[in-house]
Amino acid sequence: MDTIYQAQISYSQFLSESGKPLQPLPDWTEKPDTLVRYYRNMVLARQLDNKIIALQRTGQMGTYASLLGAEAIEVVLGDLMQRDDVLVPYYRNHALQMLRGLSLADMLSYWGGDERGNASPAMGEDFPNSVPIATQALHAAGVATAIKIRGEKRAVVTVCGDGATSKGDFLEALNVAGVWQLPVVFVVNNNQWAISVPRSIQCGAPTLAQKAIGAGIRGEQVDGNDVIALHESITAALKQAREGKGPSLIEAISYRLSDHTTADDATRYRSNDELKAAWEREPIKRLQTFLHQRQWWDELQETAWQKEVSQIIQRGLDDFLQQPAQPVEDLIDYLYAELPDALQEQRQRLIRNAQPGGNHHE
Amino acid sequence: MNKPITMIEAINLALRSEMQRDSSVIVLGEDVGVNGGVFRATVGLKEAFGIKRVLDTPLAETMIAGLSIGMAAQGLKPVAEIQFMGFIFPTMEHIICHAARLRHRTRGRLHCPMVLRAPFGGGIHAPEHHSESTEALFAHIPGLRVVIPSSPKRAYGLLLAAIRNPDPVLFLEPKRIYRLNAQTVEDNGEALPLDSCYTLREGADITLVSWGAMIKETLEAADQLAGQGISCEVIDVVTLNPIDHETILASVAKTGRCVIIHEAPKSCAVSAEISATLAERGLLSLLAPVARVTGYDTVMPYYRMENHYLPNTADIIDAVTATLEFS
Repeated sequence: MDTIYQAQISYSQFLSESGKPLQPLPDWTEKPDTLVRYYRNMVLARQLDNKIIALQRTGQMGTYASLLGAEAIEVVLGDLMQRDDVLVPYYRNHALQMLRGLSLADMLSYWGGDERGNASPAMGEDFPNSVPIATQALHAAGVATAIKIRGEKRAVVTVCGDGATSKGDFLEALNVAGVWQLPVVFVVNNNQWAISVPRSIQCGAPTLAQKAIGAGIRGEQVDGNDVIALHESITAALKQAREGKGPSLIEAISYRLSDHTTADDATRYRSNDELKAAWEREPIKRLQTFLHQRQWWDELQETAWQKEVSQIIQRGLDDFLQQPAQPVEDLIDYLYAELPDALQEQRQRLIRNAQPGGNHHE
Repeated sequence: MNKPITMIEAINLALRSEMQRDSSVIVLGEDVGVNGGVFRATVGLKEAFGIKRVLDTPLAETMIAGLSIGMAAQGLKPVAEIQFMGFIFPTMEHIICHAARLRHRTRGRLHCPMVLRAPFGGGIHAPEHHSESTEALFAHIPGLRVVIPSSPKRAYGLLLAAIRNPDPVLFLEPKRIYRLNAQTVEDNGEALPLDSCYTLREGADITLVSWGAMIKETLEAADQLAGQGISCEVIDVVTLNPIDHETILASVAKTGRCVIIHEAPKSCAVSAEISATLAERGLLSLLAPVARVTGYDTVMPYYRMENHYLPNTADIIDAVTATLEFS
């Protein structure tokens, strides 16, 4: 018997859990700028996450999907994606969206139950959050098809969780991206949990990255808590896409340090020991230790940045709270480019009901 | 004078015409390229416009819908073929959750000018799962247009309108009449209005409302009834969402009687919506209950028994006669 195909999946990691280099570091890490920016952005992402959860707990925000534990993936993607690349996100990419220009107020607006958070012109051609699992992978393939047809040098990035890789949409997207060599980067934030379903019973394959092999595309695993490893993989994948050399799948190994959403209670299905062990690997402390070792970051800077972040968040929150209510007719007016005659009567009823004295006046 | 063409040829002509006019129109689907589509709707397009405009896709309907959404959000105008309506169901998540609400949920920042074409309906002795009429499932979706032509001319003009429409359109093609009649169709690039009923025949005694392939039997019934001195108005609904109720109400205000005819099962069908609207807004013009001539509330049969399932001209005449005799 002849072996007619063989494949392997690489795993890359540069920093140990305690922030020590495990192998020679890339040249760009010799200068502090990028790593310090990653650190600062991760601190911002985490403090923001804590704030939104607090707002939700006090009834000022809707159900919220925390990004705790995904900070490294978010900030590295946010840094390396260019303005004219297209992001087709899932619902755990808000730090990435902000790094791409979405204001904090508009982001809060979305999680506060207002579609105008999807409308910000700062989002450019980026898709809004995809709530139906894995569907975004196909939209990303479609965006990439358009880019390829037009011969542009742009990359499309789509993110999903480990659970999404079980869905047909994900596999169909990989398949078409492979056969058409589309300029798309599939990033799987493998945070080990799809609500209560652990990675071990999500898929029988030892890696999720190897799903790329069946589609004829490049797949790799990377430590999702290690900004240096992420930076290397994502840089290469984006370059490959922009140069028209085809798609990639990056499985970033992270851990969902939060509940699935604020409506979930992870203590029902996972052990404290596992969570405690995961906190040892989390991305922010790891990079902080590394920056301390290089003397690129100290306690004074930390205190100052934490304070500044609080102010940034407070300003965003103030802007959010001052946003005027949506006109009720928005509920119908954006359904079609032009309002069909058949909807006129319902539109009038909607407006009438919202007015003082109407059944739905608030 | 052009030679008369069939509906399938008219669809091909519309695609060709619009691809010529607008370079953002992209045809995609299973077997649409080198094979020209299993019904030949896309024949010759690959040769005329190349493989960047006519995409033979992998065999995955969910992918075809999802891909079209991504392309449409980028400003292209994908016209995707779902080979048979019986295979359209994997696309529904993308249609409902994304295509039909992308404009709404981004408050107009992105929109989705895509067309999904699918042959539908029975009567061609097809395999299982190739003959259903499930238009009502789609007519229920806010933000989605559902358009059904019933002649070569209307197929041409309506498909142009569907492609030019800035919102998603499900374009359902009654395959039983793909090649039934030929008509002279001028390739003038003129779109026909959507969201509008088409009155195919004026009459005074009763209003017959239908769409798709059943327009054939409806017009035949109207012809035969004319021989008995009964004057039928025949309305082709064409756009099943949003429905032009005004035309139907105005007709029933004149005739006082209405029969609705379709192949789809009866319960929760589009006829129920039309009937309910006549009750809500036209009750006082009605001289008889609204009658419906429809498929049964059962599975679309495999071809040996499809003639038992599909309404025919005699069924329509019976319903008209009963409605006229009601007192």
